[in-house]
Amino acid sequence: MSGSGHDHMRHHLKAYVGVFVALMACTVITVGVSYVHLAASLAVTVAMIVATVKGSLVAAYFMHLKSEQPAIYWILALTAVFWVLVMFLPLLAYLGSTGVR
Amino acid sequence: MQIPYTVEVRPDTGLSNAKLGIWLFLASEVMLFGALFSSYVLLRVSAPQWPHGYEELSVPLATFNTIILISSSVTMVMSWAQLKLKRPVPARMYLWSTVALALLFLVVKLYEYSHHFALGEYPRASTFLAIYFTLTGLHGLHVIGGIAVNGYLAGPGAAMWRSDPERYTNRVEVAGLYWHFVDLVWIFLFPALYLL
Repeated sequence: MSGSGHDHMRHHLKAYVGVFVALMACTVITVGVSYVHLAASLAVTVAMIVATVKGSLVAAYFMHLKSEQPAIYWILALTAVFWVLVMFLPLLAYLGSTGVR
Repeated sequence: MQIPYTVEVRPDTGLSNAKLGIWLFLASEVMLFGALFSSYVLLRVSAPQWPHGYEELSVPLATFNTIILISSSVTMVMSWAQLKLKRPVPARMYLWSTVALALLFLVVKLYEYSHHFALGEYPRASTFLAIYFTLTGLHGLHVIGGIAVNGYLAGPGAAMWRSDPERYTNRVEVAGLYWHFVDLVWIFLFPALYLL
């Protein structure tokens, strides 16, 4: 590997440490907020926002999605569509049970 | 027969076959966990009462396990980075650390389970416990799978570094993608089950 390759990797290593610190900070935040006992809707919103930030950091840096091949983005875009559909099934069931059409 | 595109990139996908394969597998895993997560939402919103996770489960233990799993993701990506720098010895150390952290996660999880069982809190006891054991149990099986793969790569599988270092590096990367996904699932399970 060339010298510039090593420098490139050192840059990566720094980023990994930074992401680790950010993930720990997010964990402290989400646990801390849970002890405050916010109203249900607010608690869910905060918890899911923090989890999404953490998940995005893992996917972008550790799984290298920050710079991947288009083929992978296409696979994930298709997955996201079906994932959203699956997540909306409870809502459809709920609307059905309350008679809202 | 030689397996094609283990190291070199396939022109039409721009990827090695292993990497395309693991991403297709992870896409199916998103749907598997997505369906169960969706079931959890449905069960929760349609239940007349639902306990707060922190009343039924141990938040400190789960926080500890979250830190363990995030750390194991870092050691996993460090192992790959060390291989890229052509340093197999620290790479193996990082890989063994990942295995050790995963085992620690399971020990804590089993301690939690045994505590529930001792109190008669089996999956049949309530809908909350049923979905809790289903989600964390399936996740735990994935952790066991990760230990098997990473243990193999750190142990006997590491011999490939001498014969085909690039292919070995790719194997660690692909195993890492799986392992980071297992971490990612936990990142969502932790607040959903324990904190809300």
